[in-house]
Amino acid sequence: MPTLDPAILKWLLPDTDSLTDLLDELPLGVAVMGWDGTLLAVNKTYETLTGADRQSLVGLKCLHGLRCDYCFKGCPVLAGWKKVDARSAEANIISRNRNKVYVRLTISPILGDKGEVRGAVETVSTRATHTLEEGTAGLTGLGNLVGNSPEIQRIFTMVPAIAQTDSSVLITGETGTGKDMLAEEIHNASDRNDGPFIKVNCGALPDTLLESELFGHAKGAFTGADRAKPGRFRMAHGGTLFLTEIGDLPLALQVKLLSFLDDKVIYPLGSTKGFHADVRVIVATHRDLEEMVRQRRFRQDLLYRLNVIRLHLPPLRNRGDDIHLLQDHFLKMFQARFGKKVEGFSANAQALLEGYPYPGNVRELRNLIEYAVNFCDGKQIHTHHLPGYLLRAPAAPSPEPEPEPAGPSAAQPDVRPARTESWEEVQRRMVLDALVKTGGRKRQAAELLGWGRSTLWRKMKHYGID
Amino acid sequence: MEKILIPLLDSDVAPRFDLATDVLVVSFSRETLTMGTIKEKVVVLNNASSEAACRLALSENVRTVICAGIEAEYHDFLTWKGIKVLDDVCGPVDLVLESYLTDALEKGMCFY
Repeated sequence: MPTLDPAILKWLLPDTDSLTDLLDELPLGVAVMGWDGTLLAVNKTYETLTGADRQSLVGLKCLHGLRCDYCFKGCPVLAGWKKVDARSAEANIISRNRNKVYVRLTISPILGDKGEVRGAVETVSTRATHTLEEGTAGLTGLGNLVGNSPEIQRIFTMVPAIAQTDSSVLITGETGTGKDMLAEEIHNASDRNDGPFIKVNCGALPDTLLESELFGHAKGAFTGADRAKPGRFRMAHGGTLFLTEIGDLPLALQVKLLSFLDDKVIYPLGSTKGFHADVRVIVATHRDLEEMVRQRRFRQDLLYRLNVIRLHLPPLRNRGDDIHLLQDHFLKMFQARFGKKVEGFSANAQALLEGYPYPGNVRELRNLIEYAVNFCDGKQIHTHHLPGYLLRAPAAPSPEPEPEPAGPSAAQPDVRPARTESWEEVQRRMVLDALVKTGGRKRQAAELLGWGRSTLWRKMKHYGID
Repeated sequence: MEKILIPLLDSDVAPRFDLATDVLVVSFSRETLTMGTIKEKVVVLNNASSEAACRLALSENVRTVICAGIEAEYHDFLTWKGIKVLDDVCGPVDLVLESYLTDALEKGMCFY
């Protein structure tokens, strides 16, 4: 077996800076620490994951730097190396941005000549935050996506091939059709699945914040920028960046995104030093981008650049029998989650569900069934367990023909406005009903709804319920 | 009488708010700029969790929570309840406390 000549290694990496430069290119967070867990060097991805800059990390004990739950669950750096071998674990950390990040850790000892532990190398990579939901066994699906209709099956068969490329993907479809899930499944099926999957909602942040959120900023770039921020592109290095609601991206940032897609280099705000980010970009929107191009609200060159692969998710009302499949799937899921013994729907409830047009698509169906399972105290869901607005809704129109997904010149399908306000009203009523039923006792109300106390608190705050 | 709460790991601020089983509750009153009385007690939680620590903060009428890593949900909850949260603070608890009592403590300070 060939052995490495230390002289060559020294020649390749003559000083600490060259080692740091090498580590910075890795898509994993890497930390080199002493025998007692003191951080000696960290790379850029480690900075990004923790949200702390390297100056503040170096010299700290790793448990204070990473803030990981594994530190308290027998990490050999703290507990001592009983067996000198590499360990790996699934864990979570809390970043300086107060986010809980689910990670995969490996810790390998660095051994001296006599086999003594001199230090350790730790790698940190993000992992998906959710496991497959209960009840998908036996159903036709792709990860968390479930469906048997020809339109959906065609997408499922395309995903493995799409996942193997690095081309940009544009996912279109009405709200609630599963665009986010499809993007995540493409990432999971790709070779990048060990890397991060970073999602940014372009419509959720004001224009001024969005640039620094996406591309990062240098220290002192603007008033209040007291530390450098890596940005989502850098966080997604080695993985996938999913830009949802791309139609809401301001024109100024569309130019910057186009420039990134051309040369794969990002320039943080206030910095002249570029960073080569190895990132696959997937975008999604419910808007008609071609129409936006005609109205000069979306750049045509960016549309061409993004529209390498286009996937269109059909609305639920055009998916035929998928509605039954999804009903059963969600019923089993919420049965298991809330520990209820609901076995099915009464004939009237079933007819009501079949006749409803589902403007909010699969998300709306899921929420309806969650509501019904919560309020059902018997074995069968009846119409009175379903939200009242279903009774007042117009019947579902006959399925409209779906246009073939095609190039940028093809007409976009009819995009109907979401009924999110209606669902918000329903959820608000659910919270109020539960509070009334329990005499205002929040713990019991949370239990009745099958939520945690903090979730109930968030919802109450959201809906302005005191 | 003002109260502050600090999750502990031995004699340091615990790196995680949700994983600390020991919580230091400090009650103090300032009589002059440099004089006052301080009482400390360590509460041991049955199970470490953010919810248990939040409950303790509310039941003890704590005015300030000093901690290192805390999830946004619990940070916002405490803030909503009128409790000031100084997070991303790390170091030995004595130094942190001294800094707080001299009005020098800010979010993100490290005392190592």
